[in-house]
Amino acid sequence: MSIRHALLALLSEGPKYGLQLREEFEARTGEVWPLNVGQVYTTLQRLERDGLVESDDDADPGPQKGFRITAEGAGELAGWLRTPPDLASPPRDELVMKVLIAVRLPGVDVHEVIQSHRRYLVELMQQWTRLKEEEGDLDLGLALVVDAELYRLDSVVRWLDMADGRLKRATLEPPAPTGEPVLRLRRRAGVRR
Amino acid sequence: MSAVLELRAVSKTYLDGADEVHALRKVDLTVQPGKMVAVMGPSGSGKSTLLTIAGALETPTAGEVLVAGRPLAAMSRDDRARLRRRVIGYVFQDFNLLPGLTAAENVALPLELDGLSAGKARAAGLRALAELDLADRASRFPDQLSGGERQRVAIARAVVGDRRLVLADEPTGALDSANGEAVMRLILTACKGGVGAVVVTHDAQLASWADRVVFIRDGRIVDRTAPRPGPDSLLAEEAAR
Repeated sequence: MSIRHALLALLSEGPKYGLQLREEFEARTGEVWPLNVGQVYTTLQRLERDGLVESDDDADPGPQKGFRITAEGAGELAGWLRTPPDLASPPRDELVMKVLIAVRLPGVDVHEVIQSHRRYLVELMQQWTRLKEEEGDLDLGLALVVDAELYRLDSVVRWLDMADGRLKRATLEPPAPTGEPVLRLRRRAGVRR
Repeated sequence: MSAVLELRAVSKTYLDGADEVHALRKVDLTVQPGKMVAVMGPSGSGKSTLLTIAGALETPTAGEVLVAGRPLAAMSRDDRARLRRRVIGYVFQDFNLLPGLTAAENVALPLELDGLSAGKARAAGLRALAELDLADRASRFPDQLSGGERQRVAIARAVVGDRRLVLADEPTGALDSANGEAVMRLILTACKGGVGAVVVTHDAQLASWADRVVFIRDGRIVDRTAPRPGPDSLLAEEAAR
């Protein structure tokens, strides 16, 4: 979460005081991304230094100091909104690693390993779903976050299901032995670049 | 209160030519009134067989099935048929509404088949539709309803009258996610009214609406979720990061 850009977004609605910014930031995201008070003021200080916001006077950035966004700040915010996050390179996924290792470890039932992760993920999803269920009129922002979390966890469960099925088929019809799968993938990714 | 559904060491074996297929192996499952249990597993894992046996549509090869405290094996064919009409409601992936009947007539049908007068059955049907916000769709035919509305009518039919157990097989299969969520909310509402529900699905998002999730593989229940904690624990965990 970029506090910098969240504060610019709040200021793009109009000039605000430091305290007001802190309260609005917390009201909109606080339940999911709690923030310490100091972070708001130090970030405002840096934004001012970079010319992205202006303040009323030379007092220390604090609760009573007023801020407004500059044209440069508005440009920065617009650019940030449209810059795609880096999704091109696969993350180093710990769960994928665990499954890859479990496959090769003698005496380890990879299906049992997969199931223990599947159960944990579904339990987490139950908690998020309960949040939806009990707060019918969930705050819009929180509702969007809950959806995002459910879809993210769901995609991991789907991958586990797929992996489970693939490994089961592979046990029934073992493929011809080949080299290290991770290395092969890396080499192929290298070619693409 | 006694369980609405109890499977005790239920096994089901089919003969496929000379081969024995073990669709279910010693499955134990209990569903209390007011609770939703999801059964998750890949296709061919036995989850649909579990549902047809729980719904008295098939008999197990071994083990015992009790619905609302009554063992199915001890019941006559007629009693089982009555149980299927009165106590158990079914929701299928493809809705299974009769195309020649209106929404209200579809919902009232199980009560009429059960011998209730047409007038009383219709009144109960309209009540069930109204509870699902479908009062204004009562006189429409299935092909005049959207997919989401059709499934809501099917749920009204499954909960109409004095049902105790709702069995749903991939109930949101053909629906988009918003309509799928609406269907799960309706089943949950039925549970809050006291019925027990079993929802069979391969979809973790649907399963996560349930109070308890059991995982089935090759006819065996291999795992189950812990009792569901409240959402507070989740937010607290997030706040601690």
